[in-house]
Amino acid sequence: MAFRGSGQRTSRSDIIAKKMNSEERHIFSVLVENRFGVLARVAGLFSGRGFNIDSLNVAETHDRSISQITLVTHGDTQIIEQIYHHLNRLIDVIEVTDLSTDTHVERELVLIKIATDNPQKRTEILQVAEVFRGRVIDMKPASLVLEITGDEGKLKAAIDIFNTYGILELARTGKIAMLRGSES
Amino acid sequence: MELSGAQILVDSLKREGVEYIFGVNGGAAMPIFDALYGETEIKLIPMRHEQGASHAADGYARVTGDVGVALATSGPGATNLVTGIATAYMDSIPMVAITGQVFTHYIGSDAFQECDIIGVTRPVCKHSYLIKNSDEVADVVAEAFHIAKTGKPGPVVIDIAKDAQMHEALFQYPETVDIRSYKPQVHGDPAQIAKAAALIKEAKRPMLYAGGGVVLANASEELRQLTLKTQIPITVTLMGLGAFPETHPLAMEMPGMHGSCCANYAFTDADLVIAIGARFDDRVTGDLSKFAPNAKKVHIDIDASCIGKNVPVDVPIVGDAKSVLTELNKQVSTADIDPWRNQIQEWKQKYPFEYEQKSDKVMPQYVIEQIYEHFSDAIVVADVGQHQMWAAQYFKFTEPRQWLNSGGLGTMGFSLPAAIGAQLGCPDKTVVNINGDGSYIMTIQELVPAVTMKLPLKIFIINNMYLGMVRQWQELFHGKRYSAVDYHDNPDFALLAQAFGATGLRVEHTEDVVPALQKAKGITDGPVVIDFIVDEEENVFPMVPAGAGLGDVIRGLS
Repeated sequence: MAFRGSGQRTSRSDIIAKKMNSEERHIFSVLVENRFGVLARVAGLFSGRGFNIDSLNVAETHDRSISQITLVTHGDTQIIEQIYHHLNRLIDVIEVTDLSTDTHVERELVLIKIATDNPQKRTEILQVAEVFRGRVIDMKPASLVLEITGDEGKLKAAIDIFNTYGILELARTGKIAMLRGSES
Repeated sequence: MELSGAQILVDSLKREGVEYIFGVNGGAAMPIFDALYGETEIKLIPMRHEQGASHAADGYARVTGDVGVALATSGPGATNLVTGIATAYMDSIPMVAITGQVFTHYIGSDAFQECDIIGVTRPVCKHSYLIKNSDEVADVVAEAFHIAKTGKPGPVVIDIAKDAQMHEALFQYPETVDIRSYKPQVHGDPAQIAKAAALIKEAKRPMLYAGGGVVLANASEELRQLTLKTQIPITVTLMGLGAFPETHPLAMEMPGMHGSCCANYAFTDADLVIAIGARFDDRVTGDLSKFAPNAKKVHIDIDASCIGKNVPVDVPIVGDAKSVLTELNKQVSTADIDPWRNQIQEWKQKYPFEYEQKSDKVMPQYVIEQIYEHFSDAIVVADVGQHQMWAAQYFKFTEPRQWLNSGGLGTMGFSLPAAIGAQLGCPDKTVVNINGDGSYIMTIQELVPAVTMKLPLKIFIINNMYLGMVRQWQELFHGKRYSAVDYHDNPDFALLAQAFGATGLRVEHTEDVVPALQKAKGITDGPVVIDFIVDEEENVFPMVPAGAGLGDVIRGLS
């Protein structure tokens, strides 16, 4: 309690710092018991051990006793390995899959509310929305709400463009993903 | 038959073979304490502080290998358990901590003595449960014990709302536990074990590095077989002491910050390190970039997340130490490494643990040596600090579960309550508590139950009137600025012991050490406290300074 030297922390962070160059983005699918407190355990693991969460999505699966957490994170090989093992160590975690190690599909949905001050601007926005296969789900005289689905690159491009028109509000689901089906 | 949730809890604990519950009563746990009233199969041990209850449960678990049980009320009772829970978590000790919780309809309302103990303990326990209904109690207890003692053991918290303790439900104890999301891997991958055996065969300078996992897995016998069969030198960590007899010629003693020069030099020169139930803790490795730089590493551990956490590993083997070593032992033979063995023997002889008689004061190391002379078969429970390191260095442990200490969390105040748990777990053994003057006073109140139960504990205080280990760091790294470590205002511990109803002795001269220990040996009807007033500024050596490599170990200041 009273004796708690700083120890070798520096050299460990040195090693970690060296590895920063080789950081990779990983997307984990985590199946968990659909139970009170599970998300807190997962989130607490990340904050407690200094791992990063870039995006997080949680929802019930077709089996109501199981929830799926889709979690995007980044780190070098050693950190990613640690994340994998620590997730597995949680008692309520049923299965952890690092989707990045195989071909997978990932999607995210974004809702964007954009100001439409005049009819010409609205027409332009609708044309751009078309390019991104966006759907209008609400339209008011001064604004409209678009729904766009896609992978990270597509959504970034869409948001960048719509930003030039003035985004009033934006909400996104966080990524969900799954492995592609097998060939046979 | 319908029983109250509290009665179901007690009956479930009986089904798990619980002998003792260490607890402190309070509002939200009263139905449980009521159910324990007059209970003969489970003995309730009232402690004087909840921290004492959790350490006592921990000490009991460490000596017996069974699950220790602590019990407290909600709010402050529960938060007082936390240090003990965290201590057990860091050292992977099987424990179930039960806390009362406010009525379910009060949860979340900031009710009197309400605390989200599930939230508080989440990062320091293996798992936790909040029980809101009486009919969940039996299943939760069965799961909690299963989780606490299997895989990598650890503490499990059960928080049980007061109404769930009071309402009645049908008692049906599950015959088996099957948790689909929890299947610890026991057996190691045969291909990996074969790889390890091949590396052992090729190595010219191999060493075994065994930790607390060997003790937890009850794998000391298999470790001894591996060592004797291969004749490979072995170092056993602070947490593993006793897993291999330190009196054996192949034993290099403890590695790390205050470990033997021999073990540290061996790491630096080895070409193969076989880690078994050890986790490359920073206090063992020193500067990671200089740690065992020439060695391939085999790492056997039940916890996959421990492998590769600090040090890259060439051959990872996930599995139970007992199972993996049993397989490995079939594939190894005597290693042809005479020059390396000779080198180890040379280091061992050249650099033993040693100290100087610096003044006319009692030297702390001398006290430990004499404790060893008089109580070599005893269970030793140490606290945290200089005395802990001296005890680890100068007491030669030969059996697993003979040495208890808070190695991971380094919890001062651990030892006295843990010694109580150890004595109850092993009533036929002598239990020696080696304590410091700083740590002793942190949980001194637990002398009360020790006296009440007439436990013949030998409590030896290595009293240097300082928070000694911190003072040592201040001397070496902070220009002797002794900030907040001067404990010359300590009370007279001998008199204080007498006030508690224990025997209290004070030893100030070297020639009085042995007679006092002999006297302590003869006292069997209650605890004896000996306050050894020792040299105030003696330091623990050898020492690997923080941030240095193991090869840069300082053997002493002179």
